[in-house]
Amino acid sequence: MNNVFEMLGKMFSYHFMVRAAVVGLLVSLCAALLGVSLVLKRYSMIGDGLSHVGFGSLAVASALGLAPMAVSIPVVMASAVLLLRLSGRAKLKGDALIAMISAASLAVGVIVLSLSDGTTGDVNNYLFGSVLAMTGEDVWLSVALAAVVLVLFVLFYRKMFAVTFDETFARATGEKVEGYHLLLACLTALTIVLGMRVMGAMLISSLIIFPALTAMRVCRSFRSVTICAAVVSVACFMLGLCLSYLLDTPTGASVVVVNVLAFLLFWVIGRARERA
Amino acid sequence: MALITCEKATFAYEGMPVVKELDLTVEKGQYLCIVGENGSGKSTLVKGLLGLLRPVGGRVFYGDGLKQTQIGYLPQRNDHQTDFPASVWEVASSGCRGLWMNATKRKQIKELLELLGVAHLEKRSFARLSGGQQQRVLLARALCATTSLLLLDEPVAGLDPVVTREMYDAIRMLHKERGLTVVMISHDVQAAMQEADHILHLSNSGSFYGTPFEYRHSDLGLAFFGGCCCHE
Repeated sequence: MNNVFEMLGKMFSYHFMVRAAVVGLLVSLCAALLGVSLVLKRYSMIGDGLSHVGFGSLAVASALGLAPMAVSIPVVMASAVLLLRLSGRAKLKGDALIAMISAASLAVGVIVLSLSDGTTGDVNNYLFGSVLAMTGEDVWLSVALAAVVLVLFVLFYRKMFAVTFDETFARATGEKVEGYHLLLACLTALTIVLGMRVMGAMLISSLIIFPALTAMRVCRSFRSVTICAAVVSVACFMLGLCLSYLLDTPTGASVVVVNVLAFLLFWVIGRARERA
Repeated sequence: MALITCEKATFAYEGMPVVKELDLTVEKGQYLCIVGENGSGKSTLVKGLLGLLRPVGGRVFYGDGLKQTQIGYLPQRNDHQTDFPASVWEVASSGCRGLWMNATKRKQIKELLELLGVAHLEKRSFARLSGGQQQRVLLARALCATTSLLLLDEPVAGLDPVVTREMYDAIRMLHKERGLTVVMISHDVQAAMQEADHILHLSNSGSFYGTPFEYRHSDLGLAFFGGCCCHE
């Protein structure tokens, strides 16, 4: 046991590990909170699409020597608004359009990276994440993001529920449903861009989807699902980060695997409870 | 002045006008039942009355202290809510206005749940309730949003006969004892004749508006039931 604490102590003596942990924990928390509404509204694919757009924009920014955040944040936010419109309007083809945009952004990103003097290592880092990528600026940005998400989430919690549960009723009682969707999409875009470099473009959407689905195995009210998803998400990230350090495995992938295991555990608990 | 007035209102569904030049007034204290075949524009009219759909011709306006967003709406039963994690309390209270809950609102929701006989289910999962219980919870939510007008879209669809009876009883109680104006969309013409004091029959070849008695002797009414309840 002492050995583990020693290892953890050593782990957090590295500044990059502390930065990755802070950014990762805050992003996990935001992703879980937003994820509950996204999953319940069947918008999970939008999160996935946005991470691919994020990859493309990061690649272009790095090839042009621009600040990665300054390019990615507006591009991904604009895509979020676009994807939301697409999935809302063309009901039948919305999912296909998202898949198209995902593949297109990925392709552009890979070509841009290969044409610039990027190595396969860069591509790998963008796609699957790296704990080394976080700067001090990223830490402050994620603290600010988490604060914004938490404040807006608490403030509009009841409205988010109403809009997620029954859009038509919410609209009939005068709620600005489009406004809430837009807010949800923009906050998701921000969360994805920030989390992408630790978790990787291919894996970041799992932070949005898994905690909500895991919590729904055992919790039956919106509030308990939200709280449970937040706790599960933060715990899984921390566990995944520590395991990746101890076992020397990629961080993003380790966090996803821990999330999968948590999902399976909750699923078994849920089934057992139902039988009882 | 009437609560809702439609003046030669035309509503379109996917570009096709389905409710044409409808003149309709919903007066305070009325129990109006809207009937008609599938595709006659009942659901489109509901959206129009709620203000979710603009009329492509004519106009709709609200009066007698009713604002467009103060209609207590009970939507048609919806399958997507069957796996939604939400407690009875959360669903009922989502009808309340404002960002925050307070003691007054909590008390109001408690009273409404009690009135509809579902207060003991407060902490239960909404998705796990029976169809009739779910409708009562959604009725409580609708009552949170209004003090004057209930708009019920097929409130008994998919319910068994006993529960259907209980649902009609609950609606009648709200109309009589709470003085709420009720507009109900239904395909159950028999029940509409018994419960409502006015009938609007929508049909692609023109509409009928009047009391159940008048409806029974109208051409549309006779054609719609084939004379089956004329001997009642």
